[in-house]
Amino acid sequence: MIRLEGIEKTYHVGEVDLPVLRGISLEIAQGEYAALMGVSGSGKSTLMNIIGCLDRPTSGAYWLDGEEVSLLSEDELARIRNKKLGFVFQNFNLLSRTSALENVMLPLMYSEPELIEREAARRAEEMLVRVGLAERMKHHPAQLSGGQQQRVAIARALVNNPPFLLADEPTGNLDSKMSAEIIALFSELNERDGITVLLVTHDADVAHNAGRVIHIRDGRIDADTAEKKEPRSPGAAQ
Amino acid sequence: MRFSQTTRTALRGLRRNITRAVLTTLGIVIGIAAVIAMMEIGQGASIAVERTILSMGANNLMVLPGTAASGGVSFGAGSVLTLTEDDAQAIMRECPAVRNVAPIVRVRTQVVYQSKNWVPMFIYGTTPEYLEVREWTNLAEGTMFTSREVAASAKVCIIGQTIVRELFFGESAVGRELRVQGVNLRVVGVLGSKGANMMGMDQDDIVIAPWTTIKYRVSNAPSATGSSQLASSAAESGMKSVYPGTGSSIYPSTAASGGTSTFARQRYVNVDQIVIAARSKQEIEPAIAQITSLLRQRHRIRPGEPDDFTIRNMTEMTTALTSTNRLMTRLLLVVALISLIVGGVGIMNIMLVSVTERTREIGIRLAVGAKKSDVLKQFLVEAVILCLAGGVLGIVLGRAASVLVAVVLKWPTAVSVGAIVAAVSVSATVGVVFGFYPAWKASRLNPVEALRYE
Repeated sequence: MIRLEGIEKTYHVGEVDLPVLRGISLEIAQGEYAALMGVSGSGKSTLMNIIGCLDRPTSGAYWLDGEEVSLLSEDELARIRNKKLGFVFQNFNLLSRTSALENVMLPLMYSEPELIEREAARRAEEMLVRVGLAERMKHHPAQLSGGQQQRVAIARALVNNPPFLLADEPTGNLDSKMSAEIIALFSELNERDGITVLLVTHDADVAHNAGRVIHIRDGRIDADTAEKKEPRSPGAAQ
Repeated sequence: MRFSQTTRTALRGLRRNITRAVLTTLGIVIGIAAVIAMMEIGQGASIAVERTILSMGANNLMVLPGTAASGGVSFGAGSVLTLTEDDAQAIMRECPAVRNVAPIVRVRTQVVYQSKNWVPMFIYGTTPEYLEVREWTNLAEGTMFTSREVAASAKVCIIGQTIVRELFFGESAVGRELRVQGVNLRVVGVLGSKGANMMGMDQDDIVIAPWTTIKYRVSNAPSATGSSQLASSAAESGMKSVYPGTGSSIYPSTAASGGTSTFARQRYVNVDQIVIAARSKQEIEPAIAQITSLLRQRHRIRPGEPDDFTIRNMTEMTTALTSTNRLMTRLLLVVALISLIVGGVGIMNIMLVSVTERTREIGIRLAVGAKKSDVLKQFLVEAVILCLAGGVLGIVLGRAASVLVAVVLKWPTAVSVGAIVAAVSVSATVGVVFGFYPAWKASRLNPVEALRYE
């Protein structure tokens, strides 16, 4: 599970301090499907990067599966990104001129160097079949549609069987038909495989699919649908 | 990440921009090619020098008589007649590091055949061993005179190619007679050609006869170096101090026997120099030590007194010549190394561009779990592969250049394995040194910023 307590993030732009997150406390249980919503500049992407261990908070504590992540070294963060978290981006972030299969194999090369090439390829293929791209494994990103590219990215995120899948506006660059497919895939992964899904979106339809919607505004949690069922004082650590 | 995977990733990264990779390596290619070509041409020159030296006799030592001094005036090397044929025999007998020995008596005079005359550069009186010492046993014609002929001071000689050319106009000389100072010497052999020595002296301009013949029949002077008067007076004055009061059959005390008779006896046994071949290059030093102690003992020189002879190591000249050659090679090598460094800077420059260009790729790799060290390795291996490929290409080009030089300019060249090994290791080192900074820069990227980079 994910537990944040009093997370703050301040960017220093020249002489000016620019607070982006002003004390976020949040708990996401195993198997939940949650959506983070908010307008541009509300800090949701920054929060997502911190949860995804791509960035460190200025202050506050972050426990991932009981591990205090903000205290870990760079290499241990790399291990967590590799094993525990799958990250999906708005602009897919696939390696160009590299086949879908090799893109999916990428995390395996860093996590299990002893894994022989064939076994890694087998696991990557399995994952591509699961996201519905059995026919396009040898294609390069440029030869795939946006929806297909995002599927490759999802396969890459899941190839190490992480318990958490984080997605930062995964449908932002897709048309509605493709979006629907991707969202359906997220729901399926959440329901069938019990993967905890946390996604950032400003599309209400996408958020609607999630079991829980968290609204962020000016670096604070503005509303949380989970709060209604289980009342808790918002921003307890403030 | 496993090394093979890192290598594959690096290769894929390079293949993505093959033109740039090739142009980047060009600096290294040229540098390495220059190093290889330099080394091969230098090596060729060294071998040529070595061959010249070998023609003068490999591992040769020369023993010269000592210096006479009278009232503070030195008469120069060879002005005292202290070496004898017996010394030569003793050296052969008692010095294990010595392979062969030949005494030499020199004269410089006119040689006449029919209506033609010539003054050879060298007229040597010696023993048959001389040719073995000089490694000059390949006679073009005829045979060397024998030890028996030396003992009999037979009127025979062998001659070099230049004499054949000058006096016999290339006709067969064996059996003909040369007149040297009124003595007729029958030519029994003709030497093979040896060419010029390091000082540019024609080694084929030579007449070799038994030393006894030269000493007793041809030469009237006791010394070939100084004038006879100088030498004789020097001999007399020098003897007293060198061999005081002891009765030696070879060096009788001048006090006991009186000027003229002493002089007369010396005349018959002294030789001008002794040439010696050591068993090997390594045994030159031991040979010098053995000869020194033997001659000091034979000449009864007390500890603390200076030697009455000089041993000249012919390999010293070799060393001098090769060191000049080596200096030139080294200078050129430094230039080549500078071009390698320039090439390395070029690689660093392009790798820095590459890191900037591929910021997003680095971000992606970091996001899916690459450690800083993985990224560092990837870019470092890319740089090293670039340099190694450049090194290999450079070796091929350098070899080609040296072959071209050998074929077109007819310069001597030789494959230098050392240079090839050095080239490979230098190019790998250049890769590591100049690839490190860009790779380190890549590994320090922040994943979020790297992913955002467009």
